[in-house]
Amino acid sequence: MPSVLPAATLAMLVVATTLSGCATTDASESGDAIEPANRGVFSFNQGLDHKVLRPVAQGYEAHVPESVRSCVRNVFSNLGDIFTSVNQLLQGEPRKAGSDISRFGINTTVGVLGCFDPATSMGLAKHKRDFGETLALWGVPPGPYVVLPLFGPSTVRDAFGLVPSWFLDPIDYIAGPAIYAVKGTQTVSNRSSNLKASDLVDSAALDPYLFTRDAFLARRLDQIYDGHPPRQQEETEPMPRTEPSDGTADLN
Amino acid sequence: MTLSPTDTSRERALCRIAVLILLLALLAPMALAEGLAPDALIKSVTAEVTSAIREDPAIRAGDARRLSELIEAKIVPHFDFNRAVRIAMGRNWRSATPEQQEELTREFKTLVLRTYSGVLAAYRDQAIAFKPVRGRPGDSDVTVRSEVDQPGAEPLAIEYDLGKAGAEWKVYDIRVSGISLVATYRSTFSEEVRNYGVDGLIQHLAAKNRQAAGARARS
Repeated sequence: MPSVLPAATLAMLVVATTLSGCATTDASESGDAIEPANRGVFSFNQGLDHKVLRPVAQGYEAHVPESVRSCVRNVFSNLGDIFTSVNQLLQGEPRKAGSDISRFGINTTVGVLGCFDPATSMGLAKHKRDFGETLALWGVPPGPYVVLPLFGPSTVRDAFGLVPSWFLDPIDYIAGPAIYAVKGTQTVSNRSSNLKASDLVDSAALDPYLFTRDAFLARRLDQIYDGHPPRQQEETEPMPRTEPSDGTADLN
Repeated sequence: MTLSPTDTSRERALCRIAVLILLLALLAPMALAEGLAPDALIKSVTAEVTSAIREDPAIRAGDARRLSELIEAKIVPHFDFNRAVRIAMGRNWRSATPEQQEELTREFKTLVLRTYSGVLAAYRDQAIAFKPVRGRPGDSDVTVRSEVDQPGAEPLAIEYDLGKAGAEWKVYDIRVSGISLVATYRSTFSEEVRNYGVDGLIQHLAAKNRQAAGARARS
């Protein structure tokens, strides 16, 4: 899996960047310049999820006791704290970087290789920072919305942000076929923690593609602005103000 | 009782009492609601709802009907669905007839409440902290922020947007982890209206709600 993904991701990026270059008129307000291609990948991902990943994650949740699942979740989350700490530094937050690397130290030792999370109860809150956010804070524009095969919703910026994680993730240095077992477990564990959320999307969305896209973009904006994103249209009174009386004109 | 036409003083007194009672009845709830600042309102509703969930074994076991009864009783009175649906509709709101607007509001209310009840159903005794409200006294629009602790993960941010509706504060949007239960529908709704018209959107909303209600009844 890790060997295929970078190639597929890069191919997708090339397509995205090329297409976004020529999309002039139809680049809607949403920044979804390659919507048709994205919809294709989205339904491919959904098909794969419904046929393979979701059932496996449901089985995992049904048959593995919560104590074990929480241990597995914590171990991966603990490894993630290294990458978070690096990104905190890159984002100019040395104190938080220190806190996150201390979390890693405490949870790896006292918390038995990350199985438990004593650091949180010691007042070191969990953070999650990735390189996509770092790029955003450095002023890199998001580029169009891209649905990556297997990875799911992303932007061109976030997709490039995945690259350093391939080098900084300790799991990627596991030699031999064991890496597949570890990556597989991580994927199933992550998916099982999202089961409720994905059911919620299924019951909430009229158009799962649009709902997922807008939810993802809102979530990313919220993360980049650390919970205080600028409020645009939704904050204004919904009655006509920004648009003149062209309500029907652009229904084309 | 018989009132002679000359018994006007008694009649007038009765009349005055009736007016007074009427006035009191009208003003009392307004005064109560007026007293609650937006953050106090959200805090008290949250406390009521979470303690109800804690104490109700049926809800904890996943009884969706009990949960929606609780939401209907405690949360719905403080929600401004009309404002919410206008946000989701954007400029298309004006192209809907009053009847369509009414139907849209009804179906959207069902949809949003279902999603919110899904969020609430996941609640299990986690501590909820409220952040100080940033705003000026005269503001008619305010955001109340709260954080729900989650073991081994970043706290879940839940934010409520409130607007002053008459004398009362009412919630018109809720964001979970930055994702709005209302504004997330903007592009879906505008696509739907573009492709199928307002009636098409109403039909699809109603179908979605029926389908979810069916799934709930079966489980």
